[in-house]
Amino acid sequence: MASLFTPCSETYDLPDPLPLDGGQSLDNVRIAYETYGKLNADASNAILICHATTGDQHVASPHPITGKPGWWDKMVGAGKQIDTDRFYVICPNVLGSCMGTTGPGSLAADGKPYGLRFPVITIRDMVRAHMALLDHLGVERLYAVIGGSMGGMQALSLSVNWPDRVERVLALATTAAMPVQNIAFQEVGRQAIMADPDWQQGAYYETGRAPDAGLAVARMAAHITYLSEATLSEKFGRRLQDRDAKSFGFGADFQVESYLRYQGSSFTGRFDANSYLYITRAMSYFDLGEERFGAGHNLRLSEAFAGVKARFCVVSFDTDWLYPTSESRKIAHAVNAAGAPVSFMELAAPYGHDSFLLDVPALDRVIGGFLSR
Amino acid sequence: MKQISVKLRPDLAVIASHVAAGAKVLDVGCGDGTLMAALRDERGCDVRGLEIAPDNVAACVGQGLSAIQGDADTDLGLYPDAGFDYAILSQTLQTTKRPDIVLEELLRIGRRAFVSFPNFAHWRVRSDLLWRGRMPVTRLLPVAWYATPNIHHLTITDFRELVRERGIRVEGAWFLAGDGLIQPALANWRAEHAVFLLARDGVNPA
Repeated sequence: MASLFTPCSETYDLPDPLPLDGGQSLDNVRIAYETYGKLNADASNAILICHATTGDQHVASPHPITGKPGWWDKMVGAGKQIDTDRFYVICPNVLGSCMGTTGPGSLAADGKPYGLRFPVITIRDMVRAHMALLDHLGVERLYAVIGGSMGGMQALSLSVNWPDRVERVLALATTAAMPVQNIAFQEVGRQAIMADPDWQQGAYYETGRAPDAGLAVARMAAHITYLSEATLSEKFGRRLQDRDAKSFGFGADFQVESYLRYQGSSFTGRFDANSYLYITRAMSYFDLGEERFGAGHNLRLSEAFAGVKARFCVVSFDTDWLYPTSESRKIAHAVNAAGAPVSFMELAAPYGHDSFLLDVPALDRVIGGFLSR
Repeated sequence: MKQISVKLRPDLAVIASHVAAGAKVLDVGCGDGTLMAALRDERGCDVRGLEIAPDNVAACVGQGLSAIQGDADTDLGLYPDAGFDYAILSQTLQTTKRPDIVLEELLRIGRRAFVSFPNFAHWRVRSDLLWRGRMPVTRLLPVAWYATPNIHHLTITDFRELVRERGIRVEGAWFLAGDGLIQPALANWRAEHAVFLLARDGVNPA
């Protein structure tokens, strides 16, 4: 695997180096993206969908590796809430990822994979790459930007850093500054990867070995945070896996253990460990106030939204303990205090953080309604 | 008084027809957004809502309105001073934990406030208490005492007394019975609903 993830989407090669928040710039950036629907004559119907941590550009088309339907297939398509008969939907793979967009597994100028030579990136760097793609596609002003979780961070970053380029912002299950509990969980994931001897300081691409065990553990830990106690209890409870009694060993006795092992190992087939490091790093660095005012500022979040021109819709889920309602409420009140129109609601859904990806009819209505006018 | 063409609840119709065109309005307890939509579509107002029930917020979003899910008792403090021309509180005052604090908050956030509430001194209510010795269940107070969301019943006289104590000026008062406006005489006996337009003394000189 490793650097062999072949882009099967359209790609755009940035003509200029991409400046980065870390002070460096990145040459020869390639963006892999999918589009759905048609851009109208006055380029006023474009919607940018930003994917989450380990998502990709295949929002409504089958995943090229797993063959599974697009990750938001139920929401995006002809006649669906994000109606591709009406809207031109763009979904790019984020900078640092591994589905065709330039990331640590891509080849550097010397013809070898970057590995840890890839610069640390931020959420705003990802959005800067999106903006270059929009320029290329002839989209000056988005009808809407939509994202959940890390996608929501990108949506917020776009709205405050490029306020003239978006009319509507739909931010789901997200935050304006990564909560410390999430920073902590992500550090566990990165340490699991880096503790794997096959990680080899990130230079594993051409060695025939990859830190699959570490990446699987990172995924297992993260996966728990995406679910809720209710989901785990209902789905697995304390039930045993294919056995009548505990084994008094360390096999996957419990169904939940078996499930997590499967989630971990299947993840390694579709995701690059270094990409996981870089993307979670970008998330833990995310702080919208810092993006506007630099580190150490003591301004209120509402100041960060000063001058935004979009209409906002912020949604949280009552069982999401990773990006809890309090984070969304902070965003909503800050936007409100900044004078921009904003709606906020906490929807009831049993699935924890993953609710925004799953079947929550109330969310369908909100998204359809928000985009309708 | 400019009439609004859509059919609104009578107290909302009174409010809608007295909000200045183009005003910036916060509707506290905005429900499904009926009043907000009327103010936006017919008066060109810039309207925002605060609403406790997520389904209602979703209904607002579906009409292209902006509403925040929240509680008037706890969330008004998050709104900046004088951010709105009007703050509206319709049929909600009597459900709040501290109506007096909510009232002060309305007049901090809005330069003026519309407040409407059911009058507990209406003759039918008095009659239930006097002759039957029962907490009233009427057309406008349809829920039994143990289930009603109305935890702070008040009368028109009570309300006038509160605003006088707090130095709040009454700029307008409307009284409703049987879904129509009635004259102010003996309003505390005859009115089922009251609508007040308030401002802080010393601001908004007429």
